[in-house]
Amino acid sequence: MTSLFALVDCNNFYASCERLFRPELNGKPIVVLSNNDGCVIARSNEAKALGIKMGTPLFEIRDLLEKDGVHVFSSNYELYGDMSRRVVLTLSEYSPNVEVYSIDESFLDLGNFLHVDVRQHARAIWERVPRATGIPVAVGVAATKTLAKLANRLAKKSKKANGVLVLTDPVHIEAALKATEIGDVWGVGGRYARKLATFGVHTAYDLTQKTDSFVKKHMTIVGLRTVKELRGEPCIDLEMIPATKQNICTSRSFGQPLTDISDIEEALATHAVRCTTKLRKQKSCAAALTVFLETSRFGQVGQMYFNSRTVKPDSPSGSELVIMPLALEALRAIFRKGFRYKKVGIIVSGICPANQVQESIFSAGTRERDAGLMDALDTLRMKFGYNSVKYGVQGTKGKWKMQGGNVSPCYTTRLDDLIKAY
Amino acid sequence: MEAAIIPLHPIEEQKFLVIIDRGGSLPLYTTTVQAGFPSPATDYAAEAIDLNTYASNHPGSTFLVKVEGDSMIGAYIAPGDLAIVNREIRAASGMVVLAFVDGGYTIKRLEIKKDAAYLVSENPKYKPMKIDSPEGGIIWGVVVGIHRKF
Repeated sequence: MTSLFALVDCNNFYASCERLFRPELNGKPIVVLSNNDGCVIARSNEAKALGIKMGTPLFEIRDLLEKDGVHVFSSNYELYGDMSRRVVLTLSEYSPNVEVYSIDESFLDLGNFLHVDVRQHARAIWERVPRATGIPVAVGVAATKTLAKLANRLAKKSKKANGVLVLTDPVHIEAALKATEIGDVWGVGGRYARKLATFGVHTAYDLTQKTDSFVKKHMTIVGLRTVKELRGEPCIDLEMIPATKQNICTSRSFGQPLTDISDIEEALATHAVRCTTKLRKQKSCAAALTVFLETSRFGQVGQMYFNSRTVKPDSPSGSELVIMPLALEALRAIFRKGFRYKKVGIIVSGICPANQVQESIFSAGTRERDAGLMDALDTLRMKFGYNSVKYGVQGTKGKWKMQGGNVSPCYTTRLDDLIKAY
Repeated sequence: MEAAIIPLHPIEEQKFLVIIDRGGSLPLYTTTVQAGFPSPATDYAAEAIDLNTYASNHPGSTFLVKVEGDSMIGAYIAPGDLAIVNREIRAASGMVVLAFVDGGYTIKRLEIKKDAAYLVSENPKYKPMKIDSPEGGIIWGVVVGIHRKF
């Protein structure tokens, strides 16, 4: 395990991506909305200053947004994904080992650097990433991931730190622990925070003063790991290979309420294709799949409906030809006429490596055929785009699709969307 | 490098984009392995032209921009070209830059004089733009190359 971790976190990432290509919005409040324009998922500092909270539903603040001239964007994950890739590419020049933790956070291994001043190195990252990619970042450095995360948070908040905080001096670490509320510690949720408060634990520092047996009793072994990390004892290493997912869920809220099963089938078939593609990407098969269907949760009594059904293929599979028909069958079983549906989704579970699958006598022979076909489909879709090869049932109407009200162009990934310069 | 070994099949636009965007590369040539007589070229087959690296050493900070208008025609930058823009290079007087002025993007030659910075066209039809305040505009990046499709 490395002796020093840096956590590099992009500031207001989605908002920063949008603003990079719209310089006229510098200094102006902007927010980015979730997938179906439902609620706020990113805010520029100016929007935060207006008191707009994370997760606020759009309908609650529509008037405020208009009054204060807040620029509203629908989310554009194609753009954010490419900008994230650029940030990671730049970070990889600063460490031999980079773990991409999320779309806007990476852990860097800064241990065992000879003749390198860590403070300068961290400051260089802070200065370079925005210059290269246009995305501002904050850098936190410490002996454990949990402390690096804590340092990063303070680096963003503290004026003196100005975006970079290296926590290696015991005096600084203690001050930082005291300045961090327990609920803001990585891995400690609101539920634990409330519970710990009853024991007089309010800050990260308070928690480090508790005995191991206390922590184990009230926060399980996972909590103990967090506490040890807060004390400076590294327990969580860099994860260079992404962990194989235990289940994969693909779902979307519809752009408008749907009543007709054929429209919902289009959506589910498309989700099934995307879900199995993810499954194959990690070279896995699924032993079971669950389909769920729901109306809006804010409707009147008698107009709300939720149901799900789990089915198993004869043997674990990653093939669309197996998963999709089963999913559609499950949908038809739970569909009830007369409701206005809001969302359909598929979850595959019981995931195992594709090369360890026990054949059933019913699926014998079709496996190789499917594998070859899926390979060909994956290659075609990678080359020519996701919608280049579709099944009939996926349809062409796309009534279920999101009406992203204000999606920005994909400035960096599509020829037709490039910036135009005169 | 001998020109003769570069394949003559056309490089479509799509391919070029893939090269720029995904950091892929264009193999110079390929060999098939024959049983019994290994090709002597196999040992040298790793060489490949990477247009991405050719265009810029820093793909993370390199962006493509579509050129519209003929204001830089004197610098051989024509409408329809793709300009290769690097955000990292510090703009200096004399460089061709991508600037954001008056709510729009423009490609011009930067000339820094005592009284102000000027964005100068390479076409007598257009007058230089004078920028003498920080609010006047920003330099988004430096144009390091052009891709043109015939």
